[in-house]
Amino acid sequence: MAEPMREMVLNGVAASEGLAIGRLTIDRNVAAGSRRAGSPIDEAMALDAALVQARRQIAALIEAGDQVSADILEFQQALLEDDDLLAPVRAAIAAGAAADTAWSTHLAGEIAAYRAGDDEYLSARAEDLFDLEQRVLRALMGSVARAPVPDAGAILVADELTPSRFVELDWSRLGGAAIRGGSRTSHVSILARARGVPLLVGLEAGADRMPDGALAVLDAEAARLVVLPGPATIEATRRRIGERAVLDRTATAAINQAAVTAGGERIRIYSNVDDPALLDNLSVDSVDGIGLVRTEFLFHKGHLPDEAAQFDAYRRIVEWAKGRPVTIRTLDAGGDKPIAGVTEDGEANPFLGMRGVRLSLAQPALFGIQLRALARAAALGPVRVMVPMVTVPTELDEVRALMRSAIDALEAEGVAHATPSLGMMVEVPAAALTAERFDADFYSIGSNDLVQYTTAAARDNPALEKLADPLNPAVLELIRRVVQAGESRGVDVSLCGDMASQPSLIGPLIDCGLRALSVAPAQIGRVKQAVRQHAGRTAAA
Amino acid sequence: MNGIIAKSWEAFGEAVIRDPTGLHARPAVKLTRRAKSHHAEIEVRAGSAGTWINAKSPNAVMKLKAGNGERLYFRALGEDAAVAIAAMVALVEQDFDG
Repeated sequence: MAEPMREMVLNGVAASEGLAIGRLTIDRNVAAGSRRAGSPIDEAMALDAALVQARRQIAALIEAGDQVSADILEFQQALLEDDDLLAPVRAAIAAGAAADTAWSTHLAGEIAAYRAGDDEYLSARAEDLFDLEQRVLRALMGSVARAPVPDAGAILVADELTPSRFVELDWSRLGGAAIRGGSRTSHVSILARARGVPLLVGLEAGADRMPDGALAVLDAEAARLVVLPGPATIEATRRRIGERAVLDRTATAAINQAAVTAGGERIRIYSNVDDPALLDNLSVDSVDGIGLVRTEFLFHKGHLPDEAAQFDAYRRIVEWAKGRPVTIRTLDAGGDKPIAGVTEDGEANPFLGMRGVRLSLAQPALFGIQLRALARAAALGPVRVMVPMVTVPTELDEVRALMRSAIDALEAEGVAHATPSLGMMVEVPAAALTAERFDADFYSIGSNDLVQYTTAAARDNPALEKLADPLNPAVLELIRRVVQAGESRGVDVSLCGDMASQPSLIGPLIDCGLRALSVAPAQIGRVKQAVRQHAGRTAAA
Repeated sequence: MNGIIAKSWEAFGEAVIRDPTGLHARPAVKLTRRAKSHHAEIEVRAGSAGTWINAKSPNAVMKLKAGNGERLYFRALGEDAAVAIAAMVALVEQDFDG
C-alpha cells in the first residue's frame, strides 16, 4: 500500500496577513540567451520595439493602479527613457550581440550595483530594475514567454515577484502568494498589505522545488506554506478563513466608530507607528491620536539622523494627527534592537543590558539631538515624549534635566519650540511596582518587555512561548498597579505593547482599569470590535 | 556625452534635500524630468566631494544615494543654463512638490 503523502511545511515571514487554500501556480522568470542575433540593425529595431511595448504596458498599469504603485511604475518608465542606461546596450548590439543578451547583461550589472552596499532603499529598487529587465525580455521573446493564466484561487509561488508583475496579476482570482525573496519592507509587501493580499516572503525553499499544481495552504498568520496539506489542516484552515471573513466585515464597519464598551465606557484607541509610510493608509478619524512612535525607524539607514531629519519626521506625524496627541518614544535601541554605532556589541545579556534610557543617558550628545527635535516638534501640536526602560526615578529626572537644557538652548537661539509632556514607558517590574514615585506626566505600559521580565521568559525563545503568558496574574497585577498610580497622581495611563493589538486580550485589559490602548494600525478595527463586545469594567473592582 | 576637453560650466546652484527618505524614486523621477525639460547639459552631485553625474539620467540620480539633509550641487552648460539651474534648485527647495 502506498504511504499517504506527508504534508510539507515551509516557513517564511508573514508580510501581509491572511489565509488561503488553493493550487500552487509557479511564476517563473525568463532568461536571455534564446534569441539568435540578426544584423545589428535588426537587433536595434527589436530592442526599440520591446522598449516601446514595455512603455505601453507600464502606462496601462499606471492608469489602472493606485498612488503607491504609480510612483514605482513611473520610476521604471523613466528608466526606459534613460539614454545613459541604454547607451551601453545599444553599443553591445552594434558590436554584434543579440538584443536579449545585450539588454540582460547590462541590466544585471546595474542590478548588482543597486544591491551592493548597505543602502536598504537602493537595494529595494533593484527589484524595479529586475522587473524592467523581465518586462523587456518578455517583450523581446514574444508570445512564447507569456505567462499562463492561473486557476481561480491559486497560490502563486515565485523566487522573486516584481512590483509591476504584482500589480498586473488579477488578485481577485488568486488566493495569495509566497515568495522566496523579498522582506516585509519591500515594495511588493507594501502593495500586498495595501490590497489585503495574503503574502509570505523569505520562504525557505525555492519555487523550483515546489510541485506545480499541488494543493497548498497559505497561512500568512502563522507565517508558513503547507504543501499537500492533510484533511485536518484543511479543515482547520477553512474554519479560520470563515472566522476571518466575519471579523473582517465587522472590523471594517467598526474602524471609524468610537470604541465604547457594551457597558457604555469609552476606550481611547491610539495607533502605533513604526513606519510613517503606513499612515498614508490610515484615516486620522479612526484614532484618538498616536500612542507610540518607534523612532528606531529613523536610525535604520546606516547613518544617524541629524536634528533636521528627525524634526522633519516628527513634524510629518504631528501634522498628520491634526491636533490629536502624538506620543513619541525616545530611541529604544539595545536588547533585540541593535543599531550600529549606538548599541554596545558583545553584551552577555542584552535584554538586561545597556538599552533604552540607559543607553540614551550614556550618550548625551546623541540624545540631546533627539530631545531638541522633539521640543521643536512640540511647537506644532501636542507631543508627548515617552522614555523607554526607566527603572528608577532618577533616570526620568535626568532626562527632564536634559530636556530643560535642550529647551534653554533653543530659547537662546530663537528657534520655535514648546515643552512636551514627559512620561515613561512602564516595562520593568521595579518601575511598575513603584510607579507613583516617578515624576512622570503619563505612564504607558510596554507589555512585551513587562511580560518578559515578569515571567523571566525571553521573548525571542519559541520554547518559552507558553511561559511568556501576558495573562499571567502577576502581569495583570502589575498593570493594575500602574493604573492605580495614574489615578492617584492624576496622570494618564495607556498600554502600547502587543497585548493591545490582540482582540482576545482587550477584555482583561479593560478589566484591569485601562481606558487607553495603542494598537498596530492593521488591528484597529478588530480591537474596536473587541471593545464593543466587552461588558465593561467588572463590578468587583 | 562628456568630452575630453574640460567644459566651462556656465551656471551653478545648490540646495539641501528635506525629505526623510532622501532622494527616493519619486523625487528622482521629478528631478530628471525637470532636467530634461531644458536644453542645457545639467550635472548634479551629492555633497561637495561627490562625483558629477548626468541630471537627466534617472538611473544615475538614483545611484547618488542622496539622503535627507544632504546638499545637492548643480552645474549647467547651454543656452538656458541659468534658467535650468534656478529650476533645479527650486524643485529641491520645494521638497520636490513642484
